[in-house]
Amino acid sequence: MLVSNIEIIPGRKVIKHLGMAQGNTVRAKHLGKDFLAGLKNIVGGELKGYTELLQEARDEAVQRMVDQAKGMGANAVINVRFSTSSVSAGAAELFAYGTAVVLE
Amino acid sequence: MDILILLGLLTTGYVFGRIAEKRHFISIRTREEEYRDVLAFSARFPPPSSTPTTPVLVGGNVVVAVDYFKMTAAALRNLIGGRVTSFETLVERARREAILRMKEEARAHGATQIFNVKLETSSIGQGTSGQSFSVEVYAYGTALVAGKTD
Repeated sequence: MLVSNIEIIPGRKVIKHLGMAQGNTVRAKHLGKDFLAGLKNIVGGELKGYTELLQEARDEAVQRMVDQAKGMGANAVINVRFSTSSVSAGAAELFAYGTAVVLE
Repeated sequence: MDILILLGLLTTGYVFGRIAEKRHFISIRTREEEYRDVLAFSARFPPPSSTPTTPVLVGGNVVVAVDYFKMTAAALRNLIGGRVTSFETLVERARREAILRMKEEARAHGATQIFNVKLETSSIGQGTSGQSFSVEVYAYGTALVAGKTD
């Protein structure tokens, strides 16, 4: 499965458009990690726990999008975009969407 | 007693925050030099090339928190308005770090060009610790890897 955020893949032709494929995940912060992050807010710096958490969540959103595209019979997802929104205090939604296509 | 705790927090934030920021900027500069050969473009379409390439989605993210001193400085700045320099450097740091991590991933794939680079910023603060503030930056784009697969 080819996943890309450009619309035209060099040297490849889109033979069929299948519409939008999407995947999302909502993650809440770990209480312990949140406490540590609170401490980190005194001295500043990178919050490694959150960085990893969000990266994992994003990978999962992409995986869900790819699964959906596979179900549609696509072999590529192009023009992929990401979006993040905080649903409530302490939880974030990560959303990945793109166009499912069949490449020759 | 309360004022002592406040002063203690402010000094700790100021000293450690400054050291951390300085170190981070030095590390960013050296790594930017190191990854100079990996080019990131915001152009949407890669130029047509004769050699076959495979597009790979690459990305890098980072979450950076402000220190207590900066938070207080920003809160004071909010009263009179104007440039919040303490947050400007924070977001700049996060953005440059995210781009570097994206380039790192691109290099791991053996690519030297990244197209359609997008930057996404979101604030993920307001946790249980009250007015804490941290910012997440995610940089992503399509790296072109030489050679044809699948």
